[in-house]
Amino acid sequence: MSEKNLSDQSTRSNQASISIDWSYADAPESTSHVTFSKHYGLFIDGSFTEYNENQSFESINPTNGESLYRCTEANKSDVDAAVTAARKAFKGTWGTTSGTQRSHYLYRIARMLQERAREFAVLESMDGGKPIRESRDIDIPLAAAYFFYYAGWADKLAYAFPGKSPKPLGVCAQIIPWNFPLLMLAWKIAPALACGNTVVLKPAETTSLTALKFCELLHDVGLPDGVVNIVTGAAKTGEYLVQHPDIDKIAFTGSTGVGKVIQQSIAERQLPATFELGGKGAFILFDDAALNEAVEGIVNAIFFNQGHVCCAGSRLLVQEGVAEKVIDLLKKRMQHLIVGDPLDKNTDIGAVNSKEQLETIQRYVKTGIQEGATCFECSGSLPTSGYYFPPTILTGVSQSSTVVQEEIFGPVLTIQTFRTTDEAIEKANNTPYGLANGIWTDKGSKIFYVGSKLKSGVVWSNTYNKFDPTSPFGGFKESGKGREGGISGLHAYVKLDHNGGMY
Amino acid sequence: MIDRIPIDAVGIQERVARICTRSIKKESKLQALDLALRMMDLTTLEGSDSEGKVRQLCNKALHPYTELPNIPSVAAVCVYPNRVALAKSILKNSSISIASVATAFPSGMSSLQIKLDDVKFAVSEGADEIDMVISRGAFLSGEYAKVYDEIALIKEVCGTAHLKVILETGELGSLENVRMASDLAMKAGADFIKTSTGKISPSATMPVVLVMLQAIRDFHETTGRKIGMKPAGGIRSSKQAIQYLVMVKETLGNDWLDPSLFRFGASSLANDVLMQWVKEKTGRYQSLNYFSND
Repeated sequence: MSEKNLSDQSTRSNQASISIDWSYADAPESTSHVTFSKHYGLFIDGSFTEYNENQSFESINPTNGESLYRCTEANKSDVDAAVTAARKAFKGTWGTTSGTQRSHYLYRIARMLQERAREFAVLESMDGGKPIRESRDIDIPLAAAYFFYYAGWADKLAYAFPGKSPKPLGVCAQIIPWNFPLLMLAWKIAPALACGNTVVLKPAETTSLTALKFCELLHDVGLPDGVVNIVTGAAKTGEYLVQHPDIDKIAFTGSTGVGKVIQQSIAERQLPATFELGGKGAFILFDDAALNEAVEGIVNAIFFNQGHVCCAGSRLLVQEGVAEKVIDLLKKRMQHLIVGDPLDKNTDIGAVNSKEQLETIQRYVKTGIQEGATCFECSGSLPTSGYYFPPTILTGVSQSSTVVQEEIFGPVLTIQTFRTTDEAIEKANNTPYGLANGIWTDKGSKIFYVGSKLKSGVVWSNTYNKFDPTSPFGGFKESGKGREGGISGLHAYVKLDHNGGMY
Repeated sequence: MIDRIPIDAVGIQERVARICTRSIKKESKLQALDLALRMMDLTTLEGSDSEGKVRQLCNKALHPYTELPNIPSVAAVCVYPNRVALAKSILKNSSISIASVATAFPSGMSSLQIKLDDVKFAVSEGADEIDMVISRGAFLSGEYAKVYDEIALIKEVCGTAHLKVILETGELGSLENVRMASDLAMKAGADFIKTSTGKISPSATMPVVLVMLQAIRDFHETTGRKIGMKPAGGIRSSKQAIQYLVMVKETLGNDWLDPSLFRFGASSLANDVLMQWVKEKTGRYQSLNYFSND
């Protein structure tokens, strides 16, 4: 009946029924307002050191494989100078700065980040390859939010620890990863400064740019010299930093492998340390969930930031009765994901951060297929140059598959089914990791039951990859120890009088 | 008869927010404006609609903006049943359809017989499309079969006229009800499902339309039938219209980017689309004084 009416309609109205193939024109974000240097020194004691070509490395633009800028690889004496500057500041000006004054500095940093948000977002996308939609809407606003949040605590520490008097630890050695460069910097620096510590921070070698631009901002803020020092470099620089005898605390975010090495190297030193390491999060989807929204949740859980997210929901566990429907909906949704230029406002998935990471992802997918997985890739076209990987799902995998056990750190989702709630919990927990999981159900009681059984630092219900400065974040098992964010995040940067060191 | 499908309102809003970040520029914007005009049901539904008012509206439909002769005309004009004959007499040689609201619009609070007669009258006057309202009172008190039967009976008396079923989502209270009403209307024979009468606030919103589009997608999946969608009321700017088109594309695909399957029910949207059109063509914004208010 309706078919007939529709055809009547199209003959009656001659302009109807010209179906068009409507695609979105390019919508590039302007880069004309950002400037950065071709080469950078190290930021030590309030100013940049002289750049030395012989002691430098290049940062690659992941969209074309060409050099974007060069920075200095900090050697042992550079790291020594940075720690010395931080120690001097801790003993001197910063040590006598009141909580109220510290909060003023942090508020100023937060506001200036907001004012320069667009600039930082563009730089973050240029350097790391993440889509501008995410750096603009998530990374930079959230980084500012962490500074705002910890600015609020700086003069209220006594209330955070009733009956105790929190004291700063001293010089904090901080090492951050390449997936959320400025945001991880904020997670590290904001609570450290709020508690009265000084900092030597090493950004990841592929994404130093926003940390170096952040130094400009510190200068404008008028932060005393030596309170924050930025040393760029790769693994060797990181090793000098964590093995330095004059540091009082280590905060590391990165891979579980490197985390273990650091833990071994400090085993004899009684150093307070926090680790935020890898993950293999499960996305548990029950048959009574709102499926369309859950599919959107899956997209957000695994394709956010090209899957370079330690808490990514990389294992979908879906109840058998709805598995077929969910996979079908997901495949349809994936057809509308746009992989391309990170600076285009319509890009959903940008460039993989580095050639090495791209090869790792390719290797894992190949292994998955060799072990019997069926691979479905998003059909849209990929740019011809640069490091890109399409959103991918692997079905026909099981708990014993390599791709289910190991962290891929790319836009690759494995899909397994389950029959009962307990089976889902069992599968979700059956991993050395324990960073984050998600539960999708329309039933509140099930959320509490399953949530209490999952062994992970974060459990999201009916959402995924949500971050907030007030909420603690961290891992169980091999996903790390200690918490960042919220009041728990302050614990990691103070010693309390009654026991002289909590961690 | 109809399953209640869980809908997560927060998730729907997040999806909508993400759709709204799509940046539609240059050629793709021009295409979208062209589509929006061709999909428009130019509407006047006031108790004060005189013959003169309807004549004006029809003239606007025929000649949206005389300075640009290549501008496409709208899909339909939408009027009350007693203005159908007049509209027909003006538009009979054009491609523009005549839509009429019926079934004791906007409340639907009358007997079935009167609703059927209302539809028959509009069809006999020459309406090509009938925009009916569902009985929200019956729906909310759980009398789903009654709502279903009414739609099915009205569909019968429509004959060859196209049936759009108005759910009046502003009165349904939840997105789950919107989904259920959509499923029910499609099963009962609707050719289009439509959000609102325009008489209740809120009228069309993006979350509601997204839920209806998902219902259409799933219905197509199971039956193979393509049902149309018409958001009505509250869409005033080109920017909003383009966001709706993005939502249609990313939920249903390009097939639905066609006036036979998607319509905007709007009165003031036309001028904004025309203004943007002129801007894209000439690079300058024209003063609003150059666009006729009808």
